Amino acid sequence: MPDAKRKAEEAKGKAARYGPDIDLGQYTVDTPAYPEQELDKIDVVDEKRLLDAGVDISGNERSGSFIQVDSSVLHAAPTQEGIEVMSTRKALDEYPWLAEYLWNLVPVDTDKYTARAELDFQDGYFVRALPGARSVFPVQACLYLKAEDVSQNVHNIIIAEEGSELHIITGCATDSPESRGLHIGVSEFYIKKNARITFSMIHNWAANVAVRPRSAIRIEEGGVFINNYVSLHPVESLQLYPGAYLVGRGATARFNSILLAPPGSHLDVGSKAVLSAPGCRCEMIARALSTGGYIAARGLLVGEVEGIKAHLECRGMILKGDGEIHAIPELDGKVAGVDMSHEAAVGKIAAEEVEYLMARGLTEEEAVSTIVRGFMHVDIEGLPPVLKEQIDHAIELSEESLF
Amino acid sequence: MLEIENLTVSIEGNVLLEDINLHIAMGETHMLFGENGSGKTSLLMAIMGIGKYKVESGRIIYKGEDITRMPAYERARKGIGIMFQRPPTIRGLKVEQILEIIEHNGEDPEKLAAELNFTDFLDRDLNLGFSGGEIKRAEILQLLAQDPDLVLLDEPESGVDLVNINVIGNAIRKLLQKDKHRKREKSGLIITHSGFILDYVEADRGCVLANKTIWCAGNPHELIEGIREHGYHECLTCERAQEFQEHPDDP
Repeated sequence: MPDAKRKAEEAKGKAARYGPDIDLGQYTVDTPAYPEQELDKIDVVDEKRLLDAGVDISGNERSGSFIQVDSSVLHAAPTQEGIEVMSTRKALDEYPWLAEYLWNLVPVDTDKYTARAELDFQDGYFVRALPGARSVFPVQACLYLKAEDVSQNVHNIIIAEEGSELHIITGCATDSPESRGLHIGVSEFYIKKNARITFSMIHNWAANVAVRPRSAIRIEEGGVFINNYVSLHPVESLQLYPGAYLVGRGATARFNSILLAPPGSHLDVGSKAVLSAPGCRCEMIARALSTGGYIAARGLLVGEVEGIKAHLECRGMILKGDGEIHAIPELDGKVAGVDMSHEAAVGKIAAEEVEYLMARGLTEEEAVSTIVRGFMHVDIEGLPPVLKEQIDHAIELSEESLF
Repeated sequence: MLEIENLTVSIEGNVLLEDINLHIAMGETHMLFGENGSGKTSLLMAIMGIGKYKVESGRIIYKGEDITRMPAYERARKGIGIMFQRPPTIRGLKVEQILEIIEHNGEDPEKLAAELNFTDFLDRDLNLGFSGGEIKRAEILQLLAQDPDLVLLDEPESGVDLVNINVIGNAIRKLLQKDKHRKREKSGLIITHSGFILDYVEADRGCVLANKTIWCAGNPHELIEGIREHGYHECLTCERAQEFQEHPDDP
C-alpha cells in the first residue's frame, strides 16, 4: 500500500483540532456522473448561484475556467497562453513530477478530512502559471455541490513558476440554499521565486452544508501570496486554517477574511504564517460580523528569524441576537529582532456613528448598512478590478440579511 | 427660519436645558456663548434631533413646521445641517463616499474639496487619523455638499491652525451667504469660545447660555468682549443679563 494511503487509513477517524467533529458516514461519495461540456453549454448548475460566488460561465474576463460538479469535472481549460488549467487527475497523468507536490505541504494524516480526500479522491483542479507568465484576468475555479448528502473531496494544486503572476477566483456553491452536503478541499500552493498569486475564494454554501478546506502555501524568495476569503452566506459549519510557509528571503503573505455568521452558522476561520527567512512580511486582516451565529477568528504568526515583520488585525461586530465572536490572535516570536504585533476588537455598532449619519440625512437602516459596508471593506492592494467587483458584489448581497 | 419655544431638554433624566426661547430669522446668524458644560452642544443636538437628547417640553419650529418629534434624517432632508465638534471615525467609509450619499445640492465634491485644500483626503476613511483641523475641514466639506438652510456649527475654529482658520472662515461665509447682502436665505447658529470666527462671519446676535437657559443676548461683539474681560461668572450678576431676562424680546 502506498505511503499516503496507509497514513490516510490510519487517520480516517482522527478529529480535527478545531471545529465541530463531523460524522463522515452521513455523506455519500457515490454521485451521478456528468460528462465534460463546453463552458457556455454547462446546464447542470444554477448560473446565478455561481455568479454570486464570482464564477461566470460566459468565461468573460477570465484566463481559464474549471468547473467541477460533485465528483465530475465538467470543464477545465485555460484561455491564455502560459496558463495551465486541468483536472488534478489529468495533471498527475500528464506530469509525473507532480506526484511530489501532492501531500507535500498538507500532511495527509492531518485529520479525517485530509484522509478522506486521499481515500475517496474525487479530483480537483491543477492551475499553473509557467515561468514569467502573467494572467491578465483571473482563472476561475468552481466547486459545486449538486447531489444531496454528498461529500465532495477534492485535491487542488496551484503552482506559480518563477517570475509568474496568477490570479485565481474560486467560487464554491450549492445547487440550492436548502442543499445538504460536505465539502472537503485540499489545496497546496507553490509560489516560486519572485512569483505572485492572488487567491480569492468566495463561498456561497447553504445552511446545511459543512465545509472543511485544508490549505497550505509555500512561498519562496520574493514571492507574494494574497489570500482573500469571503463567506457571507449561511453555512452549517465551516472550519479552515490555512498555513503559509514563507521560506525565501523577502517573501510576503497577506490574508484578508470577510466573514458573516447568520443565526445557526458556525464559522471557525483562521490562518497561520511561519516566517522563516529574513525580510519576510505577513499581514492578516479579518472582519467578522455576527447577526446571530458563531465566529472563531484565529490567527497565528510565527517569527523564526531576525528581521521579519508581521501584523494581525481582527475586528468583530455583533449586530444582533446572541451572536458570538471569539477572536484568538497569537504571536510566537522565536528569536530576538522580530517585529510582530496584533490588534483585536469585538464590539457592537456604535450609536454615535448611526446618529452622525442620520444627521447627514440617512435613515437609521441606511446608516447601519453604510457603517457595516464600511466595516467589511478591506483595502486590498494589487487586486484586479474584476476580483474587487466580485468581493464588493458578495458584500452587497449580504446586506439584505442584516435587517 | 427657527423658533424655539420654552424648550426643556434632558439626557437620561438629567435636565440640561430649561425653558429655552430662541428666534433666528431667515438670513440671520446667531452666536452661542457659554462656559464648558453650559449646554451649548446639547442645544444644537436637540435642534438636530440626535436621539439621546430628549425634549421634555416645548417646541422646535423650523420654517413654520413643528419638528420637535421628527427624526434627525428628516430634519437633515428638510435643510438643517450640523458640524459636530467631535464627530466619530467611521472606518471603511471614504470621505468621497459620504459626500455622495448625504443629501446634497449636486455640486461637484472634488471641486468643493479643492476649495478646502482637502483633495488628498477624499479617499481616506472618514476622520481616521485626522488632526483637529482636518476634522473641521471634513465637517465643513460635508456641509458645503449638503448646503443646508439652517447651519449649526459647534466650535468651528477650535483646534484649527492660523492658515486653515482662514479656509474654514471663508467656507462658513459661503455656507451662510455672507457675501450676499440681499435676500440672504441661509441662517446659522454658531457655538464659539474664542470668538475668532466673528472676524470672518458677521453675526446678527449673540446669546449666552448659563443656568441651563439663554441667560443673556445682544450684540455679539459686545458680549464676547465682556466675556473676555470679565469671564462668564460676571454674566450671572450683570445688569445686561437682568435687563434681557426682564425684556427678552428687545433687540
